[in-house]
Parts: sequence; structure tokens; C-alpha cells
Amino acid sequence: MHIPDGFVSPAINLATGVVSTGAVGLSVARANRRLETLQVPLLGVTAAFIFAAQMINFPVAAGTSGHFMGALLAALLLGPGPGLIVMVVVLVLQAFLFADGGVTALGTNVFNMGLIAGWLGYGLFRVLNALMPSTRSSYLVAVGVSAWASVLLASVAASFELALSGTVPLKFVLPAMAGVHTLIGVGEGLITVAALSMVISARPDMVTSYRLAVQLSHTSEESV
Amino acid sequence: MRSSPAKLVMFGLAIALVIAFILSPFASSSPDGLERVAEDHGFIQKGSSAPTWANSPFTEYETPGVEGGVSTGLAGVLGTLAAFAVGVGIARLMSGRNGSGEKGGGA
Repeated sequence: MHIPDGFVSPAINLATGVVSTGAVGLSVARANRRLETLQVPLLGVTAAFIFAAQMINFPVAAGTSGHFMGALLAALLLGPGPGLIVMVVVLVLQAFLFADGGVTALGTNVFNMGLIAGWLGYGLFRVLNALMPSTRSSYLVAVGVSAWASVLLASVAASFELALSGTVPLKFVLPAMAGVHTLIGVGEGLITVAALSMVISARPDMVTSYRLAVQLSHTSEESV
Repeated sequence: MRSSPAKLVMFGLAIALVIAFILSPFASSSPDGLERVAEDHGFIQKGSSAPTWANSPFTEYETPGVEGGVSTGLAGVLGTLAAFAVGVGIARLMSGRNGSGEKGGGA
């Protein structure tokens, strides 16, 4: 869902860019107080994994593919603030080194994939999780559903940006984008659940959202 | 049963590198959801006008001067390592703990 240069108007790019910059600033300020020592390498690995996984386009329908986004995974692993930073790292590298996503659309891409998918998706996860029992399996159900929804929500945001830019009427772009991303989101849900299950099996205490969800006491006994 | 953080980090990075190097050449080359919608609704050409930044060394995830699947795999590995390095660097700066390694975190 990387928007290239030229799809979205300068006014929309400016507006999303201002909101994205503010959110990143807030995240950095909060991380300054909250980022735990263990999260430093974890943030790097999460960025590396998301970058790599985003390269793997899988077919979703005849002649159409999709790929993992990872915004919700990052938010669940590290918290929404550091998760947003991860998405910024990935999107900036992709725009400048790989010509994937326009440089002028960077603010819009951070807005869609970092804030809408990451933060709104995380909010949805918190709501779903609060409604369900504090168990590992219900946690993973909430993860899967909100990962699916995060992609769908980002595609809806992109549709509005494209329509407001005068690129394509909303009545065409919204159903088309939402339709295909309903399918791509299934892949997002599966990959997010699989990745989190693996990390939780190894180190449940390192997964911020899981600690909150199942009220693990955060006693990190350092057993090697 | 707990793995050390260092082990988990190495394992995660290894998985990312395997995905980037081994799997990426087999990724679907079909247009993604947005590209498909842009083609179907006739605005794909709006994105093909000159990009504002034309200096990306790995355009289309190909390594310059390298042919075949290795070209994509190599670009993937370099991007994955860059994401890891930049991520750790920024996280260190943000946490205000420059270079305070975990003691006893040997691999």
C-alpha cells in the first residue's frame, strides 16, 4: 500500500505529514522515558523482520498480490510509540534506497501504515482484548482480528486521501481498495499471529502487549 | 525454557535475513492491492511521472550490477541489515543509553 509520488495532492501530503511528524515527536519523547534496555535490540529486529517480510508479495486474487505490513505487530511487540518508530525506519529506507513509496508521500504512508494501521489497530486490539478472557488463545484471537482490521483501515484511509486529492472518485476507490485489502488482511492476521506466538513461546515477558493482556508479572529473571 | 534476549535477537535477525535472501526472489510480481486499483481505475500513470527522488540505488529491489534472483536477495539482505542497524541506533539514542550492553549476554 506504498503510495508513490503523484497519487496524492501536496495539500493532503502536507496535512498527513504534519500529523505524522507530531505523532513521531510524541513517540520519541515518550520512548525517552519508557524504552527498556531489552527493547533496544528488539526494535532493530522488528524493523529488520518487517522490512524483509514486506518484500514477500503473496497472490491474493487473479493478477493481484499483497504483502505483510507489520504495523500492528510492531505496536504489539514494543508498544504503539516505538512501533511507530519501527514503521518510520522501514518506510524511510524503502522510499530513499528502494524507490518503494514516494518521498513526497512519506508523510501519507507513515500516516496510513504507522498511525492508522498501527495506532488505530492497536486501539482496536485493546478493546477486543478487554472484552475477552485473559488467556493466551484469546489474546491471539484479538491479535489476528485487529491485524486483519489494521490493513483494512489503512486501505480506507488511503482511499479517502486519493479521493480528496481528486485522483479517483471515492465511490470507485473505496470499494476496490477495501475489497482487495479484506483479502490481504487475512495474510496480515496469519503472519502477525504466527510471529507473536513464536516470540511469546520464547520470551512472554518481552512482549509489551502480552504482558498487559495476561497480567504477567514483569520479573525478568535472567536465565540463560 | 527462556531464551536469552541476545539469542532471541540473533534468531529473529536470522529469520529476517533468510526471508530477505531466500524467499524474496520467489515473491509474486503481480501488482499489489493499490497498484491493481490504480490500474483498474486509470490513475496508475499519475505515479509514473518522474519521482522526486531518483537516486535510490536499489530501485525495484534489484542490486545494481548483479543479475538474477541473487540481485533481489542481496538487496533484501542489505535492506534488512540497514533496518536493523538504523533501528538499534535510533532506539539507543531514544533510550539515552549509548552503548550500555547487557552484561553476560553472550551469544
